[in-house]
Amino acid sequence: MDTITRRRFLTASGVVAAGAIAAGATRLNWSDLLSAAHRDPLRPDAGVLVVVTLYGGNDGLNTVVPAADHAYQDARPHLAYQPQEVLDLGEGLGLNPGMKGLKRLWDAKQLAVVRGVGYPQPDHSHFRSMAIWQTASPGSAQTTGWLGRWLDATGDDPLRAVSVEPVLPPLLAGERAAGGSLPAGGLQLPKGQLGVAFAGLGSPQPGEGTLQARAAKSLADLQNAAHVLGGATGGKASAAKAGQQRTRGALAAQLDLVAGLVEAGVPTRAYSVSLGGFDTHADERGTQERLLTELDGALAGFVDRMGRGDRGRQVVVLVYSEFGRRVRANASQGTDHGTAGPVFLLGQGVRGGFYGEQPSLTDLGGGDLKETTDFRDVYATVLEGVLGTEAGKILGDHRGRIDGVLNA
Amino acid sequence: MVIIVGVPTLDERAAVRRLLDRFGFGPRPGELDAAAARGFDATLAALLDPGAPATDAGARATPPPDLGDEPYRPGTATQDQAARQRTQAALRDQERRLTVWWLDRMVAADAPLAERLTWFWHGHFATSVQKVRSVRLMLKQNQTMRRLGGGDFTSLARAMIADPAMLIWLDGQQNTAGAANENLAREFMELFTLGIGHYTETDVREAARALTGWRVDRQAMTASPVPRRHDGGTKTVLGVTGNLDANSLVDLLLNRPESARFVAGRIWYRLVSADPPPAGTLDRLVAGYGAGRDIRGLLRAVAAEPAFREPATALVKQPVEWAVGLMRALRVRPAELPEQAGNQLLAGLRGLGQVPFQPPSVGGWPGGAAWLTTSAGLARLHLAQLLVQHGDVTAVASAPPAGRIDAARALLGVDAFGQRTTEALRRVTGDPRQLLAVAACAPEYVVSG
Repeated sequence: MDTITRRRFLTASGVVAAGAIAAGATRLNWSDLLSAAHRDPLRPDAGVLVVVTLYGGNDGLNTVVPAADHAYQDARPHLAYQPQEVLDLGEGLGLNPGMKGLKRLWDAKQLAVVRGVGYPQPDHSHFRSMAIWQTASPGSAQTTGWLGRWLDATGDDPLRAVSVEPVLPPLLAGERAAGGSLPAGGLQLPKGQLGVAFAGLGSPQPGEGTLQARAAKSLADLQNAAHVLGGATGGKASAAKAGQQRTRGALAAQLDLVAGLVEAGVPTRAYSVSLGGFDTHADERGTQERLLTELDGALAGFVDRMGRGDRGRQVVVLVYSEFGRRVRANASQGTDHGTAGPVFLLGQGVRGGFYGEQPSLTDLGGGDLKETTDFRDVYATVLEGVLGTEAGKILGDHRGRIDGVLNA
Repeated sequence: MVIIVGVPTLDERAAVRRLLDRFGFGPRPGELDAAAARGFDATLAALLDPGAPATDAGARATPPPDLGDEPYRPGTATQDQAARQRTQAALRDQERRLTVWWLDRMVAADAPLAERLTWFWHGHFATSVQKVRSVRLMLKQNQTMRRLGGGDFTSLARAMIADPAMLIWLDGQQNTAGAANENLAREFMELFTLGIGHYTETDVREAARALTGWRVDRQAMTASPVPRRHDGGTKTVLGVTGNLDANSLVDLLLNRPESARFVAGRIWYRLVSADPPPAGTLDRLVAGYGAGRDIRGLLRAVAAEPAFREPATALVKQPVEWAVGLMRALRVRPAELPEQAGNQLLAGLRGLGQVPFQPPSVGGWPGGAAWLTTSAGLARLHLAQLLVQHGDVTAVASAPPAGRIDAARALLGVDAFGQRTTEALRRVTGDPRQLLAVAACAPEYVVSG
């Protein structure tokens, strides 16, 4: 059941999609990317940000679980985890039983849990709330994503933000520049005259309409992406790899590709990956636990692999969802759309532990958690601490930061 | 027809070609010539003729499949693993038959508007078999959309809010008096009738109360209200107070002025352009839709817009539209493909990100340039290669090599190939099938000009 995905957001947001995706027709050039990896490879000390979007609204209270809290048990009797079921993190909180890999990273001080993250006057629409998270603009509608604006602000090199998803998420769409979209999986281009003809379709054609030019551009990108991927993931193993990826889940496949690109020294600084299906209105426990287990396996494997190389040790992973769920379960043993939830930061450069206050389960706003940490605090922190860009250029005069969560 | 001086417009033949693309799935061999000879107005009138589906020989020759019994019975958790696997296999088999049938119907239809509208409504009231787990109910919903999709929106919306597959899809059965589940109420307002921003959270909660109490009988393929599960109290939605139920909720939502503009905007988005219509255009579309909420009236207004004849009003074909258009041109019938090729067709569509009856979410599929990703280019070529292997390429093969590029252009119903594409296609004029496969991937074909 993949009820909510990025596609749903892209289609229906209206807030972002049209403008930002049109702006997505930029000059992302894979030849430049490849030659840049040769000429000017990713500096071993350059921070790399990997943003993991959980589409559908992940139930934060059953992810970082206040199992010992009576208010939690009372609000969702059939849905609550018992204290002995969760993986204890201290302070009365425990991870969902499916998240054993993250528990290990927590013990190794590589997982930071930022609690109660949200924004004022929360919106319960998937699309509007996801638009707010992706544009970092809770007050007014924005047509650009926060990492898109980062590309705009750091200007001269639009090759540095890449989505490893089939569809470009709005968070990577800026005013002038937009990230590239790269599929997770092998690319075997045709050979011979067919290959030459197919490649020829990628050339620009004077006087062509915007969409046709965009179609041609995507074919040119494909040619160049095939070269990059051939180098990064090892061409001949790709079929076996694709089979392996299917069984291991889509998020793991996306993160595998990111790992390959980082290890190959491709100078991309920000990656977007995603996992959908978190819209658990009914029969939530099994569904969410399965998804969190998939998330856990993918994240733990990725962080472990990245810890083995110099470039990888600079990678910081940010995990968020557009909202949590209502505190009280509904009658379908699920939960309806809620508000604030936990955000995860992972990696060698992260100082593990809790940040932000746990929202009260008794002092609610309309049955929902009140946010204790503004999501832009997290963005500002990674913009400055991972990407080395002054946050004001992207987020305006937002002052908050998550102090101490990143190693200096 | 208003002609605005200074804005380039399509010539008559290209305008007719656009009609066949946008109100159908593109021309079969000979259809564009015949339609161009009749002219734009006559072609439009034929497409919009409400009597056309009844006399559509292609549709009559492709009746829906008899799916047999319902394999899945929820609540039978005591089944052993072998039984569960048999159920799953039976569902998968039904799913494949239903999907191949619909693709086949799209290719075979002589009066393609009915299928184009059914396809539109499937993306609008997007419901996925993956959660519904009843292929029979998906077919029933599909037939409802076909029967009502070209009439008045009121009837269609009333049918959808009580549609068995929809109720399962959006947890409508779990929505009962005193224990609301808001999913159906919210999406009905946000995605189906009003658009975001035109209601409050309180409206969502109250609307959910109006929708309480529905039960689905999977075997009988019916949905019915159960009085003791329905919240019979007074509700207030968007300022209207009363003992609201499903039908009165639909009526009050459709009475909102935002609703007509929302529906007209969605039709424009899928059939005309991903760029929103200008305000004046939207007003005229809403006037065509009218108090009767007439979908055909709306389409007539769409076709009368000056922008409908402007070259810039291009539309990226969704993968199913692209594949069905190509199959119509090549006379490939999905139902007649060998089993392995049929599976490859479905796998190809999956690779492109769009399989009928499996939208990614209730928001439906993306549109516009979101389809033009790096990965899609290769998936498209592979699928085109499959289809040309099984297609009729005589029109190209019988032309002398120097005329083959133009023969491919005419067969695909493309107005003109530019220099870039022409030069690329010259590499493969020696092989008519390769020529058509590459031509089908040309930007001039992937995007409906």
